[in-house]
Amino acid sequence: MTDHTPKMKPIWFFVGVILLVMGAVILGSGVYDLVRHVESNKVLSHLHAAVWWGGLMTAFGLLFVWLNRKSTVD
Amino acid sequence: MQAIGLHFVDWFIILFYFVFIIGLGFYLKRYTKSEEDFFLAGRRNSSWVAGLAFLSANLGALELLGMTGNTYKYGMSVAHFYWIGAIPAMLFLGIFMMPFYYSARIKSVPGYLKLRFDEKTRVLNGFSFAIMTLLVSGINLYAMALVLHTFLGWNWDVSMLASAATVACYVTLSGLMSAIFTEIIQFFLIWFGLFLVSILGIVEVGSFGDIMKRVPEAFSHLWRNTGDPSANGMLVGWGGIVLGLGFVLSFGYWTTDFLVVQRAFSAKNLRSARMTPIIASFFKMAVPFIVIVAGLAALALSNDPKSGFSLMSDGGKLNYDSALPMLIARYFPRGLVGLGITALLAGFMAGQAGNISAFNTVWTYDIYQSIIRKKASPKNLLWMGRVATIFAVVVSVGTAYWAKSMPTIMDYMQAIFSWVNAPLFATMLLGMFVKWITPNGAFWGLITGMGSSFTMYLAVKFGWISVGFLTMSKTASDMAANFWRAWWAWLITFVVTIVVSWFTKKRPEAELVGLVKGLTAGAPLEPVPLFKRPAFYAVLSLIVFVVLNVIFW
Repeated sequence: MTDHTPKMKPIWFFVGVILLVMGAVILGSGVYDLVRHVESNKVLSHLHAAVWWGGLMTAFGLLFVWLNRKSTVD
Repeated sequence: MQAIGLHFVDWFIILFYFVFIIGLGFYLKRYTKSEEDFFLAGRRNSSWVAGLAFLSANLGALELLGMTGNTYKYGMSVAHFYWIGAIPAMLFLGIFMMPFYYSARIKSVPGYLKLRFDEKTRVLNGFSFAIMTLLVSGINLYAMALVLHTFLGWNWDVSMLASAATVACYVTLSGLMSAIFTEIIQFFLIWFGLFLVSILGIVEVGSFGDIMKRVPEAFSHLWRNTGDPSANGMLVGWGGIVLGLGFVLSFGYWTTDFLVVQRAFSAKNLRSARMTPIIASFFKMAVPFIVIVAGLAALALSNDPKSGFSLMSDGGKLNYDSALPMLIARYFPRGLVGLGITALLAGFMAGQAGNISAFNTVWTYDIYQSIIRKKASPKNLLWMGRVATIFAVVVSVGTAYWAKSMPTIMDYMQAIFSWVNAPLFATMLLGMFVKWITPNGAFWGLITGMGSSFTMYLAVKFGWISVGFLTMSKTASDMAANFWRAWWAWLITFVVTIVVSWFTKKRPEAELVGLVKGLTAGAPLEPVPLFKRPAFYAVLSLIVFVVLNVIFW
């Protein structure tokens, strides 16, 4: 009997997916607050951490997914 | 305490994490077909996967909330737990001990004791490790529920059961493989979710130098104030730090605790297994840039009344563990709050999963197969592993309620390690490097060491002896007592093992080939360039370790 289970994706692919989704949500939320001038009572809110940190996560996530899109574990 | 308010975006991120890791458990179940897949993740991991999992299995409750809180309380000294209290031991494991562990093709640390000594030493260690793991696992579960309860306002019992059910689900599905996957995801979530706290803390105060100027002088050095135990916050002198923490507790934990060593066993070959703790050592040295910097920033802000920053308090008593969550609440906008909380939860769940996956392996191989069903089939062992997982989670819920009743988590963790790991390190050291150590020497040394450590703990707790008797100092803390008790327990095990070995029957040398230095041919130089050899990276790691200690002397 042959095994038809597709080969396993490496962990780095899944790391990419979770960083990409979470990063995109945080980036989107940050951009919304920036564009709509949403008031915030957080310290250092003028730095808009959600925008650049969410952007960084999204970029890392995309990179991990892209590099491992065809990789499989033996 | 007042719960931190969460926005819909934060809830989405937390929920997405839970759904993602349970989904991952179902995905990996398709690839978990044999007992080796379940207990050793198929022995196919690269050194990077095994190395990050090796580190992450240890990044649980203590590291995140506890160490940030301890930094607020004790200052820079807490970095000893990351540097002298980890790096030399991790490098020693990779360079000197891993060849014996990995080449013996054992499935657990007690399995090595069986090959090197005999069945009774293996079972003794199997039982003590299993009990210790369940106690520590409960502490992780307790800390996780504490976050959900305190900061999200969830009911305590519901928080505990939800966390336990999630871990039970994905570890039962695919064992060590899913534990390792979630540990690596946790590693990235912790860095993305919590390192930003340190960055924003530094930005608010001005610079790292400004933070150091705003904390008490005694809090800003690693070694300068250790000549006199009363001159540093931990009330521990350099002797206790070097012998108790740096040598016995650290080596005992990092080289013999199956929770972390199991990750190296999952590596695809010996070179990857040796690289596992060496790669992890670089990241271990970096963890203080999250927890220590955040703790010092919290302290600097608290010392400035204009900052408006303070820790939470329970009945007028400062809750040091709230330092990190309070900084998250201070800086993070919506979305990032969810990420920060998810990072904490991921840390606890990975720590819990690590304990459960180590327990099910030791239970199945070193207790079930060794005592109860010697001729169990591979299929039966896989079934037993899944049953043991459920059993361990249920018992962990019980030990979590026990942990809830304890005054501090940190001291009890160290106490547990000093009972089990410290004596075991003496047994392992002698077993691997001295060929004439006998099975009876190892057994009686180990049992005497564990018994003496526990007796010393009870003696101090009930006032039969003073803490100063153990620490040889007039001023001493619970932490100092743990460090020194570990040292004495190690020394007792070491001496008793040698003395009993002189008078008892040795095993034939032919049976010990591959298990003991001196009877095992040294590994031939690998046909790889210098920069790919484990020793090269171990030396690099050691250099970074020395530099960090000098900078923060």
